[in-house]
Amino acid sequence: MHHRYDVLVVGAGGAGLMAALYAAKGNVSVACISKLYPTRSHTGAAQGGIGAALGNVQEDHWEWHMFDTVKGGDYLTDQDAAEVFAKDIIDAVYELEHMGLPFSRTPEGKIAQRKFGGHTRDFGKAAVERSCYAKDRTGHMILQTLYQQNVKAGTTFFNEFHVTDLLIEDGRCRGLVAYHLATGELHTFHAKAVILAAGGYGRIFKITSNALTLTGDLMSIYYRKGLPLEDMEFYQFHPTGLAKLGILVTEGIRGEGGILRNDSGERFMERYAPTIKDLAPRDIVSRSIITEIREGRGVGRDKDAVNIDLTHLPREVIEGKLAEITDLARTYLGMDPVKDLVPIQPTAHYAMGGIPTNLDGLCLSDGSGGTVEGLYAAGEQACVSLHGANRLGTNSLGDLVVFGRRAGIAAAKYARQAEYPEMTEGAERESQDLFERLRSGSGKENAALIRKELQESMMNNVGIFRNGKDMAAQVEVLKELKARYQNVTVSDPSRRYNSELIEAMELGFMLDCAEAMTASALNRTESRGAHDREDYTERDDTNWLKHTMAYKNLNNDNDVIIGYKPVALKGFTRAFEPKPRVY
Amino acid sequence: MTQTHAQASSAPVSASVPMLQLKVKVLRFDPEKDKKAHWSTYDVEAQPGDRVLDVINHIKWYLEPSLTFRRSCMHGICGSDAMLINGRNRLACKTLVRDVAKNGGTITVEPIRGLKVEKDLLVDMDPFFDSYKAIMPYFINESPAPAAERIQSEEHAERMAHSSNCILCACCTTSCPIFWVNGSYLGPAAIVQAHRFIFDSRDEATHQRLAIMNQNTGVWRCRTAYNCTEACPRDIPITQLIEEVKRAVMYAQS
Repeated sequence: MHHRYDVLVVGAGGAGLMAALYAAKGNVSVACISKLYPTRSHTGAAQGGIGAALGNVQEDHWEWHMFDTVKGGDYLTDQDAAEVFAKDIIDAVYELEHMGLPFSRTPEGKIAQRKFGGHTRDFGKAAVERSCYAKDRTGHMILQTLYQQNVKAGTTFFNEFHVTDLLIEDGRCRGLVAYHLATGELHTFHAKAVILAAGGYGRIFKITSNALTLTGDLMSIYYRKGLPLEDMEFYQFHPTGLAKLGILVTEGIRGEGGILRNDSGERFMERYAPTIKDLAPRDIVSRSIITEIREGRGVGRDKDAVNIDLTHLPREVIEGKLAEITDLARTYLGMDPVKDLVPIQPTAHYAMGGIPTNLDGLCLSDGSGGTVEGLYAAGEQACVSLHGANRLGTNSLGDLVVFGRRAGIAAAKYARQAEYPEMTEGAERESQDLFERLRSGSGKENAALIRKELQESMMNNVGIFRNGKDMAAQVEVLKELKARYQNVTVSDPSRRYNSELIEAMELGFMLDCAEAMTASALNRTESRGAHDREDYTERDDTNWLKHTMAYKNLNNDNDVIIGYKPVALKGFTRAFEPKPRVY
Repeated sequence: MTQTHAQASSAPVSASVPMLQLKVKVLRFDPEKDKKAHWSTYDVEAQPGDRVLDVINHIKWYLEPSLTFRRSCMHGICGSDAMLINGRNRLACKTLVRDVAKNGGTITVEPIRGLKVEKDLLVDMDPFFDSYKAIMPYFINESPAPAAERIQSEEHAERMAHSSNCILCACCTTSCPIFWVNGSYLGPAAIVQAHRFIFDSRDEATHQRLAIMNQNTGVWRCRTAYNCTEACPRDIPITQLIEEVKRAVMYAQS
């Protein structure tokens, strides 16, 4: 089946829904394609809040938020992106409120705000209350609100359509191909502009907060075209995932006063970040927890977790402002945060890197100014490089509304003046070939087993602490897994709702993302933000104050070509000189 | 059909945790080859703290790849994996094995009721979302917006705490006997969404929403069976919210 829209949005999480809303306001025809039903996107799992310098509780300024973002990103953050972000997010939060989002309130009836990791006043002097929140289900409320507004706007949705290919020819995006789960048919979508907003790929790791659907599909498709993925080595581990399960426990838990403790009850963050302690940024807290565990001070049966302690907080705070995580602890661990210490461990959480874009979401084709005409990206999947080497808590929800909105506006503006490009001939061929291969393999290999080995090996070799030896070993593991993947066969021949076929396809995308990440990480011989190397322990601004651009070598399937892109070290009106990062 | 057993855990195995031997009975249906649904039984081994979804994933990944169901977040926030587990509507990712089976026991899994089964545990969700869309599920305030936020008291914000907690999983609506008998009834989930906006002090379309609730597909079909409240995986007091909407409709008429 064939469809034609001025603007197509892939993904119906926060970034995709915001982009679709704004594209629709731009007087163009818009459709949104999602592999799930829209209200099931993973934005709904974000808990703690969305940071904006509203100053509702304490004095705050966008410059402080910009500084925290740049410093939090270990100076790899593009400062022009950080400046646009810190200003725009204030207006975007008010806009969400005007859309009806049920924020928690201050006694004066304003949007309530609380503390979060790495959010400070006066350029690092002390913690500040900047995170706007709706209890501890802020992402859930953003997702619902934006979907509601799209229902109001009459946006066309294609639900449970899995994108299998992007049509890019001669540097121009012409549309895409998608597989309709309900019928097993391939559909072609012809468009003037396409916005990619399909989220992250945390499922390449064994312990992760990410949904089963976060398999990096569109990043991989972009990469398979010979286009670059930026800063893939920077992958965030959230310090507090529920032990063993990896389910997210919001940083808001520490924002409200929760304390991390080791096996002897010591508040160990006092040793690692004396100024802001438990409210240090995520990379620092994650490393501190792993260090405690490695040095034998972990808790639990396997001594591989530490505790989060809320028992000193009033029951109303725990059951009111932190109701979601209270329910999670009770459901999955049988523990009650009101009286029990809850065991947590770092969990793979967020990709700082992804498809490179400029400030309007336009996709970059290289590190020196090349772009892909008509193709935009936003949200976790994109890398406008707001987060640099480490993302601050709450800046993911901020990123998706600010840059989802900018991408929607830019794509609509482009589509209004552009003609439809000529449609790619035989557009479905590559997708048909892919499915044909998956259905006719030798049958020697099981996709689930390969996926399990991928997740375990990435966790062990390219996790929180990294070194050249383990990562070189992982390069070999990935070559072997990719070779074995060629022998996977889908046994279910049915056309309707063939989820075995989809999962096998997703595994191929995950292997690509893992390959780009491992090559980028092995190449960067320094420690910065979330990329921490035991064999190169210092940050090296002389050689490495630059973005990595990883390209697939289209002539040799196992080879990754590394290029670079300069960091924007100045904003439009402010600039923060790189400094040692201490908290 | 009985398959060989293997271990379902997604979590790392600790030697000291006793494994449970279970039979999992799944109601299967593939319209491409089946005239009617039939049971398949799988032998699996699981830890007591595993989710039922871990067990079903295990069956799909290692025993029966054609088994079809929806799932995504794995922790009760996306609402994809509503199913009938041991006869009750639940989310498979929020139901632990130890809460529904003992060693040597059986877990039965079926699709939620009242929506057309497309394949195995996967049902057609479109009628459910059509009911959602019918209640004007979006904030309406056409007055000029202030430069900053609209002020709302903590008390008024709290009025939406229960209804805005809904994840649209359909556990409530598909547990409702009125919905089974009469598919035109909007159902509990849609009424909860209406409540979300009717009781939002900032919203200006209360009158229109109450009119929708007053139609013969609306709130008066509810017979207060409480199934919805028992089925809700997020502990929303749905029957109470429906009663509040009924009262609001009555007051609006008087």
